[in-house]
Amino acid sequence: MANTPEDLNYTKDHEWVRVKENLATVGITDHAQNQLGDVVYVELPKVGDKFEASEPFGSVESVKAVSEVYMPLAGAVVEVNESLNDSPEQVNEDPYGEGWMIRIKIDNPSQVDALLTAIEYEDYIKEETAE
Amino acid sequence: MRYIPNSPGERGSMLSDIGLDSIEDLFDQIPEQLKLREPIGVGDPMSEPELLEYFRGLASKNGVDYQSFLGAGAYSHFIPVIIDSLISRAEFFTAYTPYQPELSQGTLQYTFEFQTMICQLTGMEVANSSLYDGSTAVAEAVLMANRVTRRSKFIIADTVHPQYREVVSAYTKHLGLTIELDHHGEAGTLEPGSLGIDSQTAAVVVQSPNFFGCIEDLAAIADAAHDAGALLIVAVTEPMSLGVLKPPGACGVDIVAGETQSFGIPLSFGGPYCGLFATLEKYVRQMPGRLVGEAQDDQGRRGYVLTLSTREQHIRREKATSNICTNQGLFALMATVYLATMGKHGVQEVARQNLQKAHYAASEIAKIRGYELKFTSPFFNEFVVRAQRPATEVMNRLLDKSIIGGIALEPYYPEMPDSALVCVTETTKKEAIDEFVDALASIGA
Repeated sequence: MANTPEDLNYTKDHEWVRVKENLATVGITDHAQNQLGDVVYVELPKVGDKFEASEPFGSVESVKAVSEVYMPLAGAVVEVNESLNDSPEQVNEDPYGEGWMIRIKIDNPSQVDALLTAIEYEDYIKEETAE
Repeated sequence: MRYIPNSPGERGSMLSDIGLDSIEDLFDQIPEQLKLREPIGVGDPMSEPELLEYFRGLASKNGVDYQSFLGAGAYSHFIPVIIDSLISRAEFFTAYTPYQPELSQGTLQYTFEFQTMICQLTGMEVANSSLYDGSTAVAEAVLMANRVTRRSKFIIADTVHPQYREVVSAYTKHLGLTIELDHHGEAGTLEPGSLGIDSQTAAVVVQSPNFFGCIEDLAAIADAAHDAGALLIVAVTEPMSLGVLKPPGACGVDIVAGETQSFGIPLSFGGPYCGLFATLEKYVRQMPGRLVGEAQDDQGRRGYVLTLSTREQHIRREKATSNICTNQGLFALMATVYLATMGKHGVQEVARQNLQKAHYAASEIAKIRGYELKFTSPFFNEFVVRAQRPATEVMNRLLDKSIIGGIALEPYYPEMPDSALVCVTETTKKEAIDEFVDALASIGA
């Protein structure tokens, strides 16, 4: 069973979000990294890039697939996890910690309410797996 | 016997599903006058002896006694016989390139060697397994620079091969990219100080040696591009020049895209040829084309396998870096055998002979009254000769003397009606150069 920390928010695209005032840290969930397999490359945006919610901001490449990663919230990138260039495996080993991808300045804090809670996300992946 | 995998009944039901009455309806879009309504005019069937005689008759129409000074992207170099004998081996001789590592180690190994030799020649960090030809390689380089920089403005030199520029324009015209032409200066090369590069420029595209044979100052152009965050793409139509020139990789070039025809591939009226594509490792994930990597099996033995396939269409679908799903296998093999046969010193020697013979020819032509070299820039094996009358007229007079003197530039550069592009390679004998010079002198100013 995938690890789904309770203090985070989630999307149906399998990103997690840690909101702190008007900043949010984004990565992919334990469930997502598990489905992808060994991550070999993470393509990240540049600091200063702006995206709408649900827009792809980068991609995660595993041995056999590449998946887009999507913005959970509209905002501007203020920091990217450069250490993933050399150690993309952190996404597998510590998806909610060392494997974080970007930090963004949130445009519209009310969008946070539309994100899933840990329980909702767990229910969602249960449904998805059952299909 | 033709094999048609569906029955008339099945075809009928497919047509009725899409609301059509006949197969002919599928071609409604084609104007009536363009449709072929009678059999193709290939005549009656012939027996094998008749066919041989027919083609011998056709072959006898070829002009065999002409001395050619044509270049412009297709170069007459010596082709060692070992190339034909090796590529004709049954293990290699197929238009298709098999990639399955379990049974294609030979193919994968020569492809890996091709990539390695292209890197060594260009001084770049990574080369792919080849593309269709030089022109499409340059177009792919433009698309890649757009992905890398996320900018959409390109500056392309008017000294890039005119046909390459046409291909770039065809590849890019519906992608929202802007292609601006930059004009050469009096020396026949670009002036790095006045390229018009700005913060929207994705890349500068130059050719070196350029279409006029002149060698561009790549390092200066690279600096100008990099200062604005743009890339430098260099097209190489004559890779033999790399035997004597500083490699693009040592000049700060980001992408080298070009042609390998010079390496043992027959002229064949302009194709099929084989494109080369090399770049820096930091851009490898944005690179088009197949890549072969060296690996080890579970017993530690060396082996070869396709790598970084996640860039490609079968995995990445519409986000793939290119629609290229294969490589120019047999032609890449010709180039690989050529380079392996000649070796580093062999390629250097061929390049030196090209250089010396072309410079001898140029200096002799420049001595004739009424003829001069149009440009002052250093050149490799091609140069532009300027006459005092239309170049087409001079070329026609040379043809009467069984000399194909070069390419009159007017169709590509209307402002140069009196100029022609002349190419001299290692296959041109000194006597042939002297005859060419005498012929020009006798035509006179």
